[in-house]
Amino acid sequence: MNIIVVGLSYKTAAVEIREKVAFSPNCIEKPLGELVKLEGITEGIIVSTCNRVEIYATTRDIAGGIARIKRFIADYHHLQFEILEPHLYSLHAEAAIRHVFRVASSLDSMVIGEPQILGQIKTSYGYAAEFKSSGIILNRFLHKAFSVAKRVRTETKIASSAVSVAFAAVELAKKILGDLSDKTVMLIGAGEMCELAAKHFLNSGAKGVMVTNRTFERAEKLAEEFGGVAVPFEALFEHLHHADIVLSSTGAPHCIIGPQDVKDVLKRRRFKPVFFIDIAVPRDIDPKVDGIENAYLFTVDHLQEIIQANLAQRSLEAEKAEEIINQEIGQFHKWLSTLEVTPTIVALRNRFDEIRRSELDKTIAGWKELPPDAEKRLEALTMAMMNKLLHAPTSALKQAGQGGRVDLYIDALRQMFELEALQRDDEELELEE
Amino acid sequence: MTHMFFFLTAALYGCATAVYLVCLVRTSPLLTRWASRLLTAGFIAHLLSTIHLASKLKYLPLTNMQESLSFFSLAIVGGFLFFERRYKVTTLGSFVTPVALMMLAASSSLHGEVRQLHPILQSNWFWFHAMLAFISYACFTIAAGVAVMYLIQNYFLKTKQFGALFQKLPSLEIMDEISYRCLTVGFPLLTIAIISGSIWSEQAMGSYWIWDPKQTWSLIIWLIYAALLHGRLTIGWRGKRAAILAILGFVVVLFTFFAMKHSITW
Repeated sequence: MNIIVVGLSYKTAAVEIREKVAFSPNCIEKPLGELVKLEGITEGIIVSTCNRVEIYATTRDIAGGIARIKRFIADYHHLQFEILEPHLYSLHAEAAIRHVFRVASSLDSMVIGEPQILGQIKTSYGYAAEFKSSGIILNRFLHKAFSVAKRVRTETKIASSAVSVAFAAVELAKKILGDLSDKTVMLIGAGEMCELAAKHFLNSGAKGVMVTNRTFERAEKLAEEFGGVAVPFEALFEHLHHADIVLSSTGAPHCIIGPQDVKDVLKRRRFKPVFFIDIAVPRDIDPKVDGIENAYLFTVDHLQEIIQANLAQRSLEAEKAEEIINQEIGQFHKWLSTLEVTPTIVALRNRFDEIRRSELDKTIAGWKELPPDAEKRLEALTMAMMNKLLHAPTSALKQAGQGGRVDLYIDALRQMFELEALQRDDEELELEE
Repeated sequence: MTHMFFFLTAALYGCATAVYLVCLVRTSPLLTRWASRLLTAGFIAHLLSTIHLASKLKYLPLTNMQESLSFFSLAIVGGFLFFERRYKVTTLGSFVTPVALMMLAASSSLHGEVRQLHPILQSNWFWFHAMLAFISYACFTIAAGVAVMYLIQNYFLKTKQFGALFQKLPSLEIMDEISYRCLTVGFPLLTIAIISGSIWSEQAMGSYWIWDPKQTWSLIIWLIYAALLHGRLTIGWRGKRAAILAILGFVVVLFTFFAMKHSITW
C-alpha cells in the first residue's frame, strides 16, 4: 500500500487558483465520500487552508491514483483540468511521507514555524475520521505526523521567536518588563499597526489600555473596543506615568514626547522602566529619550531587525527539524512496508492451499479403488509439499521486512500468484500494532 | 571521608559550571536540567562534607581562610539554587557558579593545617557572626552576578543588539527583582552579623568596636548596601545605577574578605 499526496500550495498556485479549489469545511463530507469511492483509493484526507489544498490518500496503484485524484479535484470544482494541472504537485512513497511531516511541522509554511498549520491538519483529520474516509494507514500516518510536529516544536526553536511587528514588540516588552500582567499600555494616536500591537499586548496579559487621540471621539471609540480608558490628548502627560508600555503613531509633524517629558514621567513613577515604541513617521518620540536611564525607545526599524534575525534563526532551526523528520520517516516507512507482510503470507498460503485442495479433491473423486489410508497419506504428502514450497518465500518476505525491498516482493508475489486484493482485517491489524 | 566529599564536590561543581557555560551558547532543556542536577548534587556533597568536617572538628569550619572560602562557596551555591528554582534563571548560573567554583578551588589549594583553635574563637557569638556574615556575602555575590547580567542586557537594549545572548538573558524586571531580593535578605543578615560580631568582640577583647580593619571595612560594606537599599526604597533607585552599586559593593566585600584580616585572629 502506498501513501500519495496530491495538491497545490502558495508555492505553485496564486491565490486566484487556490481559492477556486478550496474545500469548505462545512460540506467536507461530500468530497471525502467521493474521494474514497475513486477507483483504487482506499483512504483519503482533504486538507484545505488558505495557503494550500492537499489530498492525502492510500492506493495500490500510484500512477492511476494520482491521476484520478488530480481529475477529481478539477471535476469537483468544475475547473478545466488543463488549467489546474500545471499547479498540482504529486508525491508518493518516502517523498509523500516527508512532505506531510514537513507540512505538519510548519516547515513548508509561508512563514516557517507558524503555529496554525498543525491545528488545521488536525481539524482536517478530525473530519476524515468522523466521516470514516481515513483508515488504519492514514490514522497511523497522521498521528505520526502530529508527534513529529510536536518533536520539532519542542526540540528546536523553530516557533519560539516572533516574526510579526506586533509580536516582536510584545517579546521585546517582556525582555524589559518581564511579566506583563500588571502592566498598562498607552496608545497615542491611531493606526493599524498600533492597534494590532495593543491587541497583542492585551492578549499577552497586559492589565489595561489607555487611549489618547487628537480627536477625543476616536480615542473613546478605540478605548471602548479594547475595554480601556480614553484620555484627552491635552491631558497626556498627566496620565503618561501610569503607562509601562507606550505605543505612539500620531500624524504630528514634530515630536510630541521629548526627553524632559520622559524624565519627569520617570521621576513620577519612581524610575520604573518604560518601554516606548514609536511607529510614527516623522517620529513622535525624540530619539534622545533612549539615552535616558530606564526609558527604552524602539522604532519600527528596530522591530524589523529583530524579525529579520528571528527569521534567520528559524531557518537555522529548520535544518535541525529536517534531521528529526529524516529519523522519523525511516521508522514510519518501515512500519508501512511491514504492514502487508503478514496478510500477504496468509493470502499466499490460502492460494496454495486452495489449489492443493481442489487438485486433491479431483484426484480422490476419480479414484475408484481407494486403498484405506490413502486419503490421509495424500493429504499429508500435499501438505508437506506445500509447506516445503512456501518455506523459502515466506522467510524471504519476513526477512525483507527488516530491509527495504518488501514492497517489491509483495507486489511480485501478488502478481505472480494472482493473489486477491488483500483483505485487510482492521481489527487484526490494530491488534498487531 | 571529608576529603572524598570535598573532591566529589569540586568535580560536581566543575561539571555543573561547564554545563552552565555551555547553556549560554546552546539552548536545550536537557542541558538546563542537567546543569541544575549536577549543581544540586554538588551542593549536597558540599553540605555533607562541611557537616562531616564540623563534627570531626567539633566546631563550625569557619576559622581560617580555607574553611571560610569553602563555606562562602557553599552559601553562594545554595542561594543560587533557590533563585534558579524560584525564577527559572538558568543564565544566572553561568555567572555565579564560576565564582563558587573558583572559591572552592582556592579553598582546596590552601593548607588546612591542624592547629589549636584560638580560645577567643570559642564563642557562640563568633559562630553566629561568621555564619551570618557569609550568608549575607553570598546574597551580595548573587546580587552582583545579576547586576552584571543586568548591565549586559541593558547595554544590548540601548544599543539595539538582539543577538543570542540577548535572547538568553532574563528580563530586566526579573533581574532587578532578584537583585532586590538578595539585598533584602543580605542586608539584615549583615546587620545582625556586625552586631553579633561586636558582641563577640566585647567578650573576647573587652570592647564592642575596636576599629580593626575588618570591622571598619564591614561598616563600609554595610553603608554601601544601606545606601543602595535606602535609595531604592525612597527615590526608586533601580536599574543601571543599582546594578553598578551592587557590583561596587561586591568588590568591597571581596576586598574585605581577602585583604583585611582581623588584627587578632589570623
